[in-house]
Amino acid sequence: MRESPHISIKPEQIYDLFGFSITNSYFAALIVIILFFFLAIYYSFQIKKTNKTNFFYFIHFTIRAIYNFFQNVVTDRIALLFPLLGALFFYILLLNWFGLLPGVGSILIREEYHFVPLLRGNTTDLNTTLALALTAFVSIQYYGMRDLGITRYLTKFFNFTNPISFFTGLLEVVSEFSKVLSFSFRLFGNIFAGEVLLVIIAFLMPILASFPFLLLETFVGLVQAIVFSMLTAVFILNATAKSH
Amino acid sequence: MSAEVAKLFAVAITIALGVIAPSIAIGNIGAKAMESLGRNPEAESAIRTTMILAIAFAEAVAIYALVVSLILKFT
Repeated sequence: MRESPHISIKPEQIYDLFGFSITNSYFAALIVIILFFFLAIYYSFQIKKTNKTNFFYFIHFTIRAIYNFFQNVVTDRIALLFPLLGALFFYILLLNWFGLLPGVGSILIREEYHFVPLLRGNTTDLNTTLALALTAFVSIQYYGMRDLGITRYLTKFFNFTNPISFFTGLLEVVSEFSKVLSFSFRLFGNIFAGEVLLVIIAFLMPILASFPFLLLETFVGLVQAIVFSMLTAVFILNATAKSH
Repeated sequence: MSAEVAKLFAVAITIALGVIAPSIAIGNIGAKAMESLGRNPEAESAIRTTMILAIAFAEAVAIYALVVSLILKFT
């Protein structure tokens, strides 16, 4: 019987730092965060100079495109919301695309008696997507309370004036918490399924066959980043809308 | 039927039944978006964004089935 491909649904530990386990997906996230940090420093450094590089204009063009895209959705609140939405978009995009680079998942290191991948795309880890979903959830609640006032916002969920609005309020509470679940499972499921697909295709046919799937996964990574940040925007708009 | 075979059947049936409804939904969403695009070509960007959002919602259901079957298969 042939050896089956290595697929694990949870990230594996690669190093133990005083009881805090450093997993392979955490290591990939650290690299992406450092990369993101230096990109931001580079952008803010270049923006003051008169002779700018082509790379600066590339970043500038991308940010402008995303800014205009979100401006269509949230209209006049773009200055308030763009830091959150743009950061979510670019962070998820970089994490998704980092997982597709050659070497991620294929460089193995020895951990006691078996081999584990050194790097693993960070959004294929349910912990990360849950953390991102909780960030989105908390900011949705925060903006809702900020715009409507705490008591007015909470009367959406706990309304004792008549039985019908009491029960719809309960349903609202449930749907609010199911947002966390659906945010995290959507991102995790899409990216992890893509990763599994690439592994299986590369296992069945080692050369050339995985190329169209890589293109597909690049597109899926972009779409999922857009969907995540745009759903956050739409839910914030819903939470800040005056109820009637 | 041994436990291993039952598990494989569970995986296959989960994903097979789980994608039926989302695929119908996505087809409907695409068809309706095309229809409204034909009626009102100026509203292309608004239609595109809302279509992608609706597809993402419908797709999430299929993703739940996928996550369940992946967990069944690989743990």
